[in-house]
Amino acid sequence: MRIAVEHLTQYRFSEPQSRLVQMLRLTPGDTLDQTVLTWRVDIDCDVRLRDTVDGFGNKVTMLYAEGPIEDIAIIVAGQVLTTESNGVVRGSHEPLPEGLFLRTTPRTLSNEALTAFARDSFGNGTDTLDQLHRWNAALAKRFPGVPDLPDGGLSAAEVFAAPEPSSRDLAHIYIAGARALDVPARYVSGYRQHEGGESAPHGWAEAWVDGLGWVGFDPSAGISPDEGYVRVAVGLDAPGAATIAGSRLGQGKEEMAVDLHVDRLGSDA
Amino acid sequence: MGTGRAFDEIWGHGGPERPRPEFAALSQWVAETPQSELHRRQQSAEATFRQLGITFAVYGDSDASERIIPFDIVPRIFLHDEWTRLSQGLIQRVEAINAFLEDIYGERRILKEGVVPAELILNNPQFRPEVAGIRPPHGIWAHICGIDLVRTGPDEFWVLEDNARTPSGVSYMLENREAMIRLCPELFRSFRVAAVDSYSDMLRETMRSVAPDARGGQPVCVVLTPGHFNSAYYEHSFLADTMGIELVEPADLIVDDDVVYMQTIAGRVKVDVIYRRIDDDFLDPLVFRADSLLGVPGIIAAYRAGNVALINAPGNGIADDKAIYSYMPEIVKFYSGSEARLPNVETWRCREPDALKYVLDHLDEVVVKLVDGSGGYGMLVGPTASKAEIEDFRRALVAEPHRYIAQPTLALSTVPTVVEAGLAPRHVDFRPFVLTGADGVKVVPGGLTRVALKEGSLVVNSSQGGGTKDSFVLLPENAPAEAVQTQTQVQG
Repeated sequence: MRIAVEHLTQYRFSEPQSRLVQMLRLTPGDTLDQTVLTWRVDIDCDVRLRDTVDGFGNKVTMLYAEGPIEDIAIIVAGQVLTTESNGVVRGSHEPLPEGLFLRTTPRTLSNEALTAFARDSFGNGTDTLDQLHRWNAALAKRFPGVPDLPDGGLSAAEVFAAPEPSSRDLAHIYIAGARALDVPARYVSGYRQHEGGESAPHGWAEAWVDGLGWVGFDPSAGISPDEGYVRVAVGLDAPGAATIAGSRLGQGKEEMAVDLHVDRLGSDA
Repeated sequence: MGTGRAFDEIWGHGGPERPRPEFAALSQWVAETPQSELHRRQQSAEATFRQLGITFAVYGDSDASERIIPFDIVPRIFLHDEWTRLSQGLIQRVEAINAFLEDIYGERRILKEGVVPAELILNNPQFRPEVAGIRPPHGIWAHICGIDLVRTGPDEFWVLEDNARTPSGVSYMLENREAMIRLCPELFRSFRVAAVDSYSDMLRETMRSVAPDARGGQPVCVVLTPGHFNSAYYEHSFLADTMGIELVEPADLIVDDDVVYMQTIAGRVKVDVIYRRIDDDFLDPLVFRADSLLGVPGIIAAYRAGNVALINAPGNGIADDKAIYSYMPEIVKFYSGSEARLPNVETWRCREPDALKYVLDHLDEVVVKLVDGSGGYGMLVGPTASKAEIEDFRRALVAEPHRYIAQPTLALSTVPTVVEAGLAPRHVDFRPFVLTGADGVKVVPGGLTRVALKEGSLVVNSSQGGGTKDSFVLLPENAPAEAVQTQTQVQG
């Protein structure tokens, strides 16, 4: 599938800022099932950009801007060719061993209720892949129709008890449950093409299956990612894979607005 | 426990009447100096420390007054050949620590070969995936190491702990020496003591040697402090002062285009080497704790791009972690190809069934520690524990053996120390400082001796009534004059 992404992020500041430093994880990498055809990150003002990678192998762009800055827009536009792989991630750049992804972080903290629900959902089988699919389906059933929302800052244990978790919260719950049952799991940020349209970048999970490698699970949709998904960055949790981490020097408040279009361009895959 | 069977570094096993022959001059000095004069000099030194502000804050102390660490006027002395052998062991250990860090954040050969269990590293919060894949300038990670040692005999040194993050205490080494030169100049005529005031020069050369770009003039080096409210601020400003480099706070540094600059009145100055006294967690809010107000946003990007050297490297905590300590002999052997010259204190990892059995059978002889504990919490000292305490630990060990290690109770060496009624042996430990630059590994000829002032006590921590002493390293007859500590060398 050929997917076109247009992703605008705009920050407005109530007072002019004298400096901005941002770390952008907005550029996808190639895998066997994901080929980046074109990709641009543009900024609407004078900045210096430096491309690098982070410790997890994600493509990173460092952004440095001098003030006074009252607003800034980060415009991402690109096209990606994807093929269906049943959620299995093949040929991704993996600088860290899967064992790292068993550690918990403040955001992926489990508790007894969550772990018990995960254990029940995993069932009595011995096939890890099957258990992970069951876990995914159980969460999708329990939390139907979750939205993509900005980060709420809560732990997996907290959002497990919350009335309306976001897709990113649900991914944290998935990860926390998998790790509690000794399956390495991690957060993925990216884009998803679907009928309802998108209001923010999407978040889902990947879990490690011996013999297969990393396999994607999207508990907000109850499926493994299909060819409508574009993987951009991975991390131990959502903040670790944040699309934009920023620091500003200046007073006042900031407002962020996102305009996102993820469109299917035809079936030439 | 107790001091009865311990080796005294000055008196040997013979007591005050029959000191080790090399130290006869010290015994004579002690005998000839009136007790009241020793006390007077000690008080004079402490008054100076208070004036300088070499204090430490006791955590959890409600009156929040900063204290000075008590100073003992009787020095500890290392013979030249004792020191040479000890130095060889320290160099080997620090080279292994650097090789381990290079490997663990790179290829991870040591995990692939099963020398250290992978989960012990990967699940350890001290292993920082954020800096994986970075190779620091000149491949050096642990530029400044403090290796904590204890001694049980003339050549029997044991490593108690490695410090590869930001080992502190070097200002005590330097200030103790200054006080000794001022108050006891006669000792420097009796002994050829290696000078330690070259430490600042050594550190500055080490910093310059690891500057990313060797071309074009003198590299710009700075000391980065969290600020004057930090309890080690004295040491930060002292080091910057004596090295003749800038002391900066986070707000003085900015990162632009992956380069670190210091903001000065004259404009921006590119910074090449940063001796940072800020913990990893707070170093860069974009990479580590986002709520850090002490950090420099973008500093890790500049470091990853190879544009700045950070001393010590972020992520070093994995090398001095308690859980890793027990594997250090294997780690040293893996990278150096030979047995560790400096042994660890024998450590039983209770996660291993044979070790657990031994420990359970010898609970009244050993010290049991929590792997993730510190400051003496969760610790059993078998020889002084009650039966009930031992039984409590037995249950805890059986329930969660992986959380514990155990070590034998060592007879730590003693050094004569001024007490109310004259001189008495008191237990000591030792922290030498080892510098690693592009020009090699150097051991500073001295260090920080901590002394447990309470009779029989093995606890040297300053928060629990420990004090410090000067540590003399003796030079051979043919040592160059500039290496010898003389009275005129130190400027106040």
